[in-house]
Amino acid sequence: MAYHSFLLEPISCHSWNKDRTQIALCPNNHDVHIYKKDGTKWTKIHELKEHNGQVTGIDWAPESNRIVTCGTDRNAYVWSLKGEVWKPTLVILRINRAARCVSWSPKENKFAVGSGSRLISICYFEQENDWWVCKHIKKPIRSTVLSLDWHPNNVLLAAGSCDFKCRVFSAYIKEVEEKPGPTVWGSKMPFGEVLFESGPSGVSGGAGEGAGGGWVHGVCFSHSGNRLAWTSHDSTVAIAEGGKTSTISSLSSETLPLLCVSFITENSLVAAGHDCYPVLFVYDGTKGSVTFGGKLDVPKQTSQRGISARERFQNLDRRATSSETTEQGLESLHKNSISQISVLEGGKSKCSTFCTTGMDGGMVTWDVKVHTHTLHTHTV
Amino acid sequence: MAKNTLSSRFRKLDIDEFDENKFIDDHDEAVDNQGPDGTEIENLIRIGDTMTAFHLALRNPPLNTKNPAVKERALAIVLRVLTSFKSSDIEPAVKSLDRSGVDLLMKYIYRGFEKPSDNSSAILLQWHEKAFAVGGLGSIVRVLTARKTV
Repeated sequence: MAYHSFLLEPISCHSWNKDRTQIALCPNNHDVHIYKKDGTKWTKIHELKEHNGQVTGIDWAPESNRIVTCGTDRNAYVWSLKGEVWKPTLVILRINRAARCVSWSPKENKFAVGSGSRLISICYFEQENDWWVCKHIKKPIRSTVLSLDWHPNNVLLAAGSCDFKCRVFSAYIKEVEEKPGPTVWGSKMPFGEVLFESGPSGVSGGAGEGAGGGWVHGVCFSHSGNRLAWTSHDSTVAIAEGGKTSTISSLSSETLPLLCVSFITENSLVAAGHDCYPVLFVYDGTKGSVTFGGKLDVPKQTSQRGISARERFQNLDRRATSSETTEQGLESLHKNSISQISVLEGGKSKCSTFCTTGMDGGMVTWDVKVHTHTLHTHTV
Repeated sequence: MAKNTLSSRFRKLDIDEFDENKFIDDHDEAVDNQGPDGTEIENLIRIGDTMTAFHLALRNPPLNTKNPAVKERALAIVLRVLTSFKSSDIEPAVKSLDRSGVDLLMKYIYRGFEKPSDNSSAILLQWHEKAFAVGGLGSIVRVLTARKTV
């Protein structure tokens, strides 16, 4: 587990290349910086300057080595490495509000952009005209799309939105792929079809008002694509299983809202958010329950010196508690909200390392094995 | 002056009503809970059984109705129960609730904070402290983000 402070500004978004030696991130401005790992040091090797607004999403396609970025200037660019330079290609998204998130599909022949225009743009490359074309998914999205995740079959797309709902859409483009086979989420998948929708009008929540209370910040499919997890601004995390869509298991947590989530095995997920540390959740498919698995952060080694009576009364006077810690700051590695989690090694089925970036400008790589040994989680 | 500047009736037109992309909040008035039963709770408080009164008061919260009178009535009953508790009884009462019960209690506590009075503020703060110990920051976030308020 290593903490690296890249910048003083927040890291808006990041993405790793295939062999995890390079990271592309946006330092809260209009550019994308690419850093290369040299042992323990990081050196900046490229600066991608093309956007006119803050870059809100970056995704690096591992196989084709292309980077797609989207920003508040309502544009998206696909960058290709030509020799030593990254060359951008503009993609016309036809949106009139900022783009919020972008994600390559598993086969990397299309990508999806979520935006404040209440729609998702699915973009694919048209060979005969040599440019990127996009199709819109509009209904029934009522507000900004905050997060996206593709199903492994390259057709289904999960979207979390500010209208308090998490949905699964079909993004089937007949020009670039064949008809997909049936999945647990449904068998008829024309473009734009909604195969699943969470929330009070659709399906009832697990724990009282667990579903449908806040903006859906993060969504994630499991490795098999049969399970979908999402975190919401009302401090809940919920999991739905395809096919059994009448049961959504959700957990109302005691923490501040979680902003990002990722499956690390088929039954457990890690999420992080405004509390500045990642937490583990375990899902039991047979009981349909989500349980809190523990914090994944190294507790600060507080010095065990005794506290005098005078200090105790001073603490009581100043801070209304006579606790021993004179620690004014946070005890977690990240000093500000964590905004993104990415799996580094092992994929979503057997993740062994994952990385978090946040608003403190720092990046931390976490080792899953080290931490889950210290927690009382049942074996998967 | 041209004739069409005489009438300013067009200024009273709400142009957003005609926007075809207008967001219509579909809040279905589902099961209409009328709030707890006041007289029964009064009796329970009088004989000293505050715990049962407490559980009764938290049943049937008027979450779905848009009628403010129903909500006010329910709030008054719940505050009556909360203020009749002794400080030492608060903690076991909170512990006897489940997760959604704690969230509901937090909602009522914050509604009670809106109109502070001499005999309610102190006891409400104690209720808040105990409910926070169980529900954590998450329960307060759920009060803030709840679309169906009590």
